[in-house]
Amino acid sequence: MLKVSTAPHFYSPVDTRSIMLNVIIALVPAGLAALVFFGLNALITMVTSVAGCVVMEYLVCRYWFKVPSTTSDLSAVITGLLLAYNLPCNMPVWMTLIGCFVAIVVAKMAFGGIGKNIFNPALVGRVFLFISFPIQMTTWLKPKIFDFLNVDASTSATTLTLLKHIDSSTSATMLSAKEGGLPQYWDMFIGNVGGSMGEVSAAALLLGLLWMLYKKVITWHIPFFYVGTFFMLNFIFWLSTDSQVFDPLTQILSGGLLLGAIFMATDYTTSPMSVKGKIFFAVGCGVLTFVIRNYSSYPEGVSFAILIMNAFVPLIDMTCHSRIFGTGKKQKEK
Amino acid sequence: MSKIKTFSKGGIHPQKYKITSDVPITDAGIPDMVVIPVRQHIGAPAKILVQKGDKVKVGTLIADADGVVSADVHSSVSGEVTKVEDAEAGSGYYEKMITIKVEGDEWEENIDRSPNVVREISASPEEIIEIVKQSGIVGMGGAGFPTPIKVDVPSGKKVDCLIINGIECEPYLTADDRLMQECAEQIVIGAKILNKALGIQNAIIAIDENKPKAIEAVQKITRSYVGVNVQVCATKYPQGAEKQLIAAVTGREVPPGCLPIDVHCVVQNAGTVFAVYEAVQKHKPLFERVVTVSGDAVNNPANFRVRIGTPASFLIAKVDPQQDVGKMIFGGPMMGTAAINKEAPVTKTTSGILLLKQTSVVDPVVSACIRCATCLDVCPQGLEPFAIANFVRNAEYQEAKKIHVLDCIECGCCSYSCPARIPLLDFCKLAKYEIRKKK
Amino acid sequence: MSSLILYNALILAAIAVVAAVVLYFAAKKFYVKPNVLAEEIAAILPQANCGACGSAGCQDFANKCAAASEEDFRNLYCPVGGKDVMAKIAQKLGYQASSHEKTVAVLRCRGNCENAPDKVEYIGLKSCRLASRVFVGKTGCPNGCLRMGDCVRNCPFGAIEMDPKTGLPRVDTEKCTSCGTCVGICPRGLYEIRPVGNNGVRVYVACNNQQKGALARKNCKAACIGCMKCTKVCADVTVENNLSYIPTTVDAEQYGAELAANCPTGAIIYTGKSNEQN
Repeated sequence: MLKVSTAPHFYSPVDTRSIMLNVIIALVPAGLAALVFFGLNALITMVTSVAGCVVMEYLVCRYWFKVPSTTSDLSAVITGLLLAYNLPCNMPVWMTLIGCFVAIVVAKMAFGGIGKNIFNPALVGRVFLFISFPIQMTTWLKPKIFDFLNVDASTSATTLTLLKHIDSSTSATMLSAKEGGLPQYWDMFIGNVGGSMGEVSAAALLLGLLWMLYKKVITWHIPFFYVGTFFMLNFIFWLSTDSQVFDPLTQILSGGLLLGAIFMATDYTTSPMSVKGKIFFAVGCGVLTFVIRNYSSYPEGVSFAILIMNAFVPLIDMTCHSRIFGTGKKQKEK
Repeated sequence: MSKIKTFSKGGIHPQKYKITSDVPITDAGIPDMVVIPVRQHIGAPAKILVQKGDKVKVGTLIADADGVVSADVHSSVSGEVTKVEDAEAGSGYYEKMITIKVEGDEWEENIDRSPNVVREISASPEEIIEIVKQSGIVGMGGAGFPTPIKVDVPSGKKVDCLIINGIECEPYLTADDRLMQECAEQIVIGAKILNKALGIQNAIIAIDENKPKAIEAVQKITRSYVGVNVQVCATKYPQGAEKQLIAAVTGREVPPGCLPIDVHCVVQNAGTVFAVYEAVQKHKPLFERVVTVSGDAVNNPANFRVRIGTPASFLIAKVDPQQDVGKMIFGGPMMGTAAINKEAPVTKTTSGILLLKQTSVVDPVVSACIRCATCLDVCPQGLEPFAIANFVRNAEYQEAKKIHVLDCIECGCCSYSCPARIPLLDFCKLAKYEIRKKK
Repeated sequence: MSSLILYNALILAAIAVVAAVVLYFAAKKFYVKPNVLAEEIAAILPQANCGACGSAGCQDFANKCAAASEEDFRNLYCPVGGKDVMAKIAQKLGYQASSHEKTVAVLRCRGNCENAPDKVEYIGLKSCRLASRVFVGKTGCPNGCLRMGDCVRNCPFGAIEMDPKTGLPRVDTEKCTSCGTCVGICPRGLYEIRPVGNNGVRVYVACNNQQKGALARKNCKAACIGCMKCTKVCADVTVENNLSYIPTTVDAEQYGAELAANCPTGAIIYTGKSNEQN
């Protein structure tokens, strides 16, 4: 039987699943870094989180929406991985599962599933856990390279917590804090610091970014303008106040900034579509992160910054459009 | 050599499949019967001049242009008119067609059948326009816009640039590619003829990078012709679209709702220019064209010189088709139309006939939009296909109009690259139909 | 402490007073005098805003009614609300109610899966309006139903649904308000608004194919072939372009059964005493 179809008769080999697969590949280095620094605990949390998200999406599709399951597009795997990367490695399993529930059922499926959620599911899950269980969410294990069981678990503060401490103290404690150890740039770059599983290793995250740029999964605008805005603000304040708090490099390498800028803010569904919109969005994220980190009671501001900007995405999309061919300033009469 | 140029925004790089670019053009021969539609162009159908039983020769005028936007139709064979009634077109609809039973191959006397190239352009600009009009020449790239209208510059408009479109950015198709390789000089003379008609001195032949042989062949000729230059363009779809080509070559952008003439450009397809040469220098009206017959369900893909009105089945039989043909496409795979009737005739705008295997024709599974913005990135017109699709789903056509759906050039980049396989172009087309209907 | 409470209370009270004054003047300034009669009529109307009456929505229709003289009022009719609603409006206006017959949309095609089997497969946006511009349709009939359900999706009353057995849309006579949306949306113009008829007895030609008989039959067994047999049963039946048409004036109860029985292809549908319809 002949088939008739509307043009075009060809399709690009890229589909939703292959895009998601590329994001997962980009997330692998950070996952490996987490395994290296936090051992078995990290693996348990990751597996729980991914499994939890996938199973919940499947259940919602089957028994609530009564439609074929959408888990095969792998987006739930990404949500699970990102949620795990945003948790400390010694998170109790049941708490992780609560996070999965909030991320998938409340933040994603309740809005209608993939492509329709307003807020980044993994971030909603993380923020929910962060507000509900502040102690567990801020108890960071000291990283131990290649010690898989991580037996003698001693806790450590994150760089950001240390910075916060400096901020609210006299110069005397500042000195002691320095002795107590703001980590070295190198340690922060490779990830040998306390923190959430996926956020510690800047090197691994940058590898992921390069992969996604190479595969054209994302454009460079959001990561660049997010980190760039944040850097510039810190730089200006650093120069004008001479306070170590604003040391731009420490600020960028610490906390979830890179994880957020590379993987969370670039989430397709919850970021603007036009290039102009993306730049707006990223600059907004950068400013908010700076404000929350330095002028709120929280040490970390990436999650809140991105979630707040997520809410503005529909508005940004309504106002920022690409230039229609043949109009605009490029048009000059010869 | 000058820089390789291209348009600034959007575009895609589909697989090329130019498997026939080294296959020389061969004569397809004359079928027993040809079916010539009277509407092979944009505009009003031509008025039929013949009746059942009339004898016609090759090149005899059988239908006369009806109004300004219309084109003459000539017989492509000699023989007897057997039917003047509706016949099934490729789409399955019935259209007015003239069926001619072939008897011999007798041409009209004034047609110059010799192979020598006529270089001297003796016709005056007015004569050229008149000859082009009487030869029934239309844009042979696919749209079928009557050429005389484009060449006859309305008073008050200024033209300073003639662009010959040798891009052929559709996968599979190589008709223009081969024509430029084999008949480079005729095309260059054709460009000079159009120059004369337009009253300008220069012409740019735009060819894309992946046709090195055509570039070489044309460049060899242009050395001895003043004012005709080759511009190499990047291989990117839809580089061959009129607006995108003008942007690439001249840097000028045609504003929405305007024509190329408004930015002082005239664009003609390479095949059309060849037809102009033949009409003006050889007195040969447009009754044959080069057609690529290709596709993955074809064992011997080929480029044929085909008489207009030849049934597709006649050509298909010559290329050794496989058994499991799943789709037949008239034109290229990006913008061509799928046909359901294998007896449908080749028209002036048929640049290719593609046969695709049953297995390579898949019904894509449509999933939810993930807002990846790919459609925004690839749209060469700067539109937002996802937003248009959302408006059309809610039947809000006027809203779609506000976001410029009428500027869509229907290139298909959005549908091609959508990872969720949403038929974005279909939504855009539907919006355009509905908006035009309301007017 | 107490002074703090006092200050707060005073400030809030002051804001409240200012806001109240602003609101008062705004309400005065932007006051729109309602047309009481039109409002009352609008309340009677079905508020479907389908535009079937020819007005731009129910409010517009109500305004027209309110302003109409008794003579003009006779030309106004809400096909959705039907006789009952018009009687109520007439009562409100103190006019005589006009007598309109209830009508229903009928599909003039019987090209179901059996009569007109699919010849090709269609891939793309499932929309009749788009597909009809791409090709002739899966069945090959250039005038027949494309079976992709634009009418189903666009019916404002949910009165049309796809019959999975026949592949054709089916109109629910009860729900259909003859608003005319389907008539406008169908690219083949297959819908016709016809009187329901006494006890739902009506007869009509369920075919729109204007090709010659043999050609029409090639694609669809139930096509009208223009054989003129129906014109012999009832002289009012006309055949034009190889297509028969039974005017609404033909008495269905008198001729219906015979017309249907005489049609060699079964293109004429006669609904008996029950509301059955293929």
